[in-house]
Amino acid sequence: MVIFLLGGNGKYDGRDGTVIEAINLSKRFQDKKRGEVRAVDDVSFICRPGEIYGLLGANGAGKTTTLRMLATILEPTDGTARLCGHDIVEHPERVRANCGFLSTATALYPRLTAQELVEYFGKLNGLDSATLNKRVDDIFARLDMNDFRDRRCDKLSTGMKQKTSIARTLVHDPPVMIFDEPTLGLDIMTARTIIDFIRECRDRGKTVIFSTHVMREVEKLCDIVGIIQGGKMLAEGTLEQLRQRHGENDLEEIFVKIVTPHYAAQEKA
Amino acid sequence: MSLRNIGIVYRKELTEALRDRRTLITTFLVPLLMIPVLGAGFTGVMSAVIGSAKKEKPQVMIVGGTDSPALVAALQQYAKIHVIPTASDWRNQIVEKEIRAAVEIPAGFETGLAKGHAGTIKIDIYGGELKSELAAENIENFLKEYRDGIATQRLAANHLPAELLKPFDLKRQNVASPEKEAGAILGGIIAYVLIIMCLNGAMHPAIDLTAGEKERGTMETILSSPVSRTHLVLGKFLLVLTASLITAALLMVSMGVSFTILQKSHTLDQMADEGAPPPQLTLGFGAIASVFIMAVPLAVLFSAGVITIALFAKSHKEAQSYISPLMFLVVIPAVAAMLPGVDLTPKLAIVPLLNVSLLCKELVTGEYHWNYIALIFGSTCVYAAAALYLAVKMFQRESVLFRS
Repeated sequence: MVIFLLGGNGKYDGRDGTVIEAINLSKRFQDKKRGEVRAVDDVSFICRPGEIYGLLGANGAGKTTTLRMLATILEPTDGTARLCGHDIVEHPERVRANCGFLSTATALYPRLTAQELVEYFGKLNGLDSATLNKRVDDIFARLDMNDFRDRRCDKLSTGMKQKTSIARTLVHDPPVMIFDEPTLGLDIMTARTIIDFIRECRDRGKTVIFSTHVMREVEKLCDIVGIIQGGKMLAEGTLEQLRQRHGENDLEEIFVKIVTPHYAAQEKA
Repeated sequence: MSLRNIGIVYRKELTEALRDRRTLITTFLVPLLMIPVLGAGFTGVMSAVIGSAKKEKPQVMIVGGTDSPALVAALQQYAKIHVIPTASDWRNQIVEKEIRAAVEIPAGFETGLAKGHAGTIKIDIYGGELKSELAAENIENFLKEYRDGIATQRLAANHLPAELLKPFDLKRQNVASPEKEAGAILGGIIAYVLIIMCLNGAMHPAIDLTAGEKERGTMETILSSPVSRTHLVLGKFLLVLTASLITAALLMVSMGVSFTILQKSHTLDQMADEGAPPPQLTLGFGAIASVFIMAVPLAVLFSAGVITIALFAKSHKEAQSYISPLMFLVVIPAVAAMLPGVDLTPKLAIVPLLNVSLLCKELVTGEYHWNYIALIFGSTCVYAAAALYLAVKMFQRESVLFRS
């Protein structure tokens, strides 16, 4: 397996080991047809360093909205969250400086080369040119990206694009990593790269939160699972805890058991 | 406010813009080529049409006049028309453009002339048709001279001086400087082209940097970086403004050069009346520079405005369909300023776009009314600032950035 991460100190230990703390996080928006929609409804959870927190939910459950709020791309209508001690509403810039955000929707600038793209995000993170050059050289060497360093992003293969995206999220060596359905639509090999990368982030002591609707990914990766449906956090715990609580061994069965009553209610409404 | 971050965003957008063929074409090629192509095409066609109409010896029929052989003979010998045998459907032939005009000589014209008054000669033409009008003009001139000749003969026969008919002479004289003459012709056109080019230069980059970014999925990527949205939109705005100003500057340069060449090449000479000097189209450096300075707040207004609108769109195509109608909207005040009789008044000086167009007209003629210049520059700056503020505000709105 490739060693992705730097030996940097991109770690943060909250006073009680908490790095992400969502507090009654809520997001409502107005929809022309459906009226007021509660995309995320009063969600609270905690993520600790060296752990992978998995948000599991069907499409439209509120996963993306939750993660976008954590990454300060969207602003919560109620409640808040803290990342590395920074409030997402009060200091969004500081929050963003402390996290790397990756999703299948985070595309690359087609007319920049892989190196220019990574450098652009390094500069926006306030790195001075000496640090930036060293970081970029390091990352490109470790991710084996030197072959396509000067190739434009629109000329890269899917795998190369994923590596460039990973390099982008790593350039400022953030203590928190947020992945929003990172493997959606990727082929097996590329998806594997991402899964390996997520695991390495944890092993390096970063705090990782990621969303998915693929049960296998959760089973392979997650230390803590949060099951979300209709914007509400329905169940939370380690895989073992969930298995005991619901008397099932298979995660899919557990998920269906938890979600079905709410899903039916939602469909009726 | 961090200038560093705005600079980083600006430089990155510049790198991308310089690698985008469409941006390069609209920013550099269109303004450089538009005036020469339009100008050469327009003046070429105009002078060709007028020239060929003037060169053509119009075919004319004489209706009646069998009892007036002297007049008929004189008309037939007149070099500027070509008299052909009369047909009964001459009116129809004029309408069908087979002949240009017909001269209707009343019966008993020359016997009437001998007695005193001979009645009315009618010239039949196709009104509004250039070649027919030119033929009629020639016939008219000829007949006036013929009439004057008869009158002079009559005076001489009665031993009276020729001055009896012409107590004084009449002459038109142009006292306007070549600059003013050029301004009157060009002022409105320059403002019109300038407004369109400023908008056109801003349009493509603005769409590419907003709706294009949404379409390519890079909006979420950039929003996840620590740069604030205000810095981000200001960096983007500066790039759009750069493109708009380059477009405007190149347009002015190309216009100055083209007009000078046009003037030197004597293409315009044919458009002038015989003997009169050709119209002056030379633009001074001062006129070009002052018009360009007025274009700066205009470019700010357009850049911010187009960004605001394009931001709503989810794709390049959608943004284009929002902005194309804007082109028509913007053209209205520019055209209004070209209408004769629309001049600067304090009220019109605060109407956006119309004020700049009217001022350009004055600047090109070399008139500098400083209070109007200050008022118009100031008010355009206010509109531009409002548009920029709106663009920055729009960029903070989730409902705009993540419209679905």
